[in-house]
Amino acid sequence: MDRGGGDMLSKRIIVCLDVRDGQTTKGVKFKGNVDIGDPVAMAEKYYEQGVDELVFYDITASSDKRNIMIDVVRNVAETIFIPFSVGGGIRTVNDMHDVLNAGAEKISINSAAVLKPELISRGALEFGSQCIVVGMDAKKVEITPEIPSGYEVWINGGRTPMGIDAVQWAQKSQDLGAGEICLNSIDADGTNNGYELTVTSLITDAVTIPVIASGGAGKPEHLKDVFNRAHADAALIASMVHFDHYTVGKIKNYLSSEGIAIRDIF
Amino acid sequence: MIAIIDYQAGNQTSVYRALVHLGIPCIITAESEEILTAERVIFPGVGAAGKAMDVIFSRGLGPVIREVVRQGTPFLGICLGSQIILDRSEENNTACLGLISGSARKFPDHVKVIPHMGWNTITVKRPHPILAHLDPRSQFYFVHSFYPEPTHVDALIAVTDYGIEFASVIGKANVVATQFHPEKSGPPGLQLLKNFSEWTGEVATC
Repeated sequence: MDRGGGDMLSKRIIVCLDVRDGQTTKGVKFKGNVDIGDPVAMAEKYYEQGVDELVFYDITASSDKRNIMIDVVRNVAETIFIPFSVGGGIRTVNDMHDVLNAGAEKISINSAAVLKPELISRGALEFGSQCIVVGMDAKKVEITPEIPSGYEVWINGGRTPMGIDAVQWAQKSQDLGAGEICLNSIDADGTNNGYELTVTSLITDAVTIPVIASGGAGKPEHLKDVFNRAHADAALIASMVHFDHYTVGKIKNYLSSEGIAIRDIF
Repeated sequence: MIAIIDYQAGNQTSVYRALVHLGIPCIITAESEEILTAERVIFPGVGAAGKAMDVIFSRGLGPVIREVVRQGTPFLGICLGSQIILDRSEENNTACLGLISGSARKFPDHVKVIPHMGWNTITVKRPHPILAHLDPRSQFYFVHSFYPEPTHVDALIAVTDYGIEFASVIGKANVVATQFHPEKSGPPGLQLLKNFSEWTGEVATC
């Protein structure tokens, strides 16, 4: 589908950093989570490589350490001058306010939005739709009257099925005032085999707000596919760059050579 | 000193941080005295036009902004700040400041993905000091559902293509405004802010 808007708008490359107790961390097979660096230093590195946007997920388990994340947000905001969003542990309008006030451009809500959809509308009313990213984890299931698209919304980091259709939830999020959808495929996540193009296409066809594809990116060709074939507006990457297999610049050079509009820094 | 107008919304802290990073003295303020005596004034903004104009009028900032502009102080509007300087906005059918004649329009229906969110180029129609030292291929960060449409072509400084061609930089005398966010646009955005911090408010006639 032609999502309009012309060809001029660059496809965005967004690097995702999971932050626990103030340190960037990454799940590694058989090893659990390993710390891979200071989020502020990593943000600066990706900024210099030409990343278009960053997202920080606070996976700190205990809520009494929330202030550490706020400090990270503030330090990032003083260091890089591109948009970034923050997700994880945001359950109230007050939480949103704290994160935005510390310098984030957007907040991302996932489980909390499913459990309390009015959080989307209240956030949009208070801060504007452009601030509210609804993150959703979708998993392929059997088509039923309840789940006509065959993709179901799961929450709690992909542990709890909600009996909600992913496409309908994306549309409802948009109606409630979400400014953007970040769609993560549970099936593709961590495989490095590419984004889940089918569910991404279903969602980009169903909404008129920008859609960020997430989960499964292992090589630059995967980004090309999700942009060209599933019409994603942005693509989230993590391990591809965290473990120095690629730089953002290298990925962008490839996409550019494939005729995809990206942003270069001049 | 640059005064960043505080209207209890929007992204004044982002603009503040970018100026601090550049070593440019600035304050966030709603005090009319501080705004009137500042060397330069920035009106930053995200949010809705109606709500912003309510705050501007309830805090008595309308006359202050008009006086700043009248006395020749270089004035930069950002994002919503490029819309509320026009006569009106289609957003909540809001009467605005009328510093530049024109109105803020909603993107037409054929533009499928709204807001216009992300990085886009600008095409300069008329050279302006705040666009000095910028590579023409530079991209800037946009996020908006309405766009400025000045009445007179003289006010058009740069345009951007997003389904339609719209005015992404407008200006008149000592007033200039960008629909995009220079404070979130990486190196070229910082260059633009630096240019503004050195701008005298004069536009060369060419």
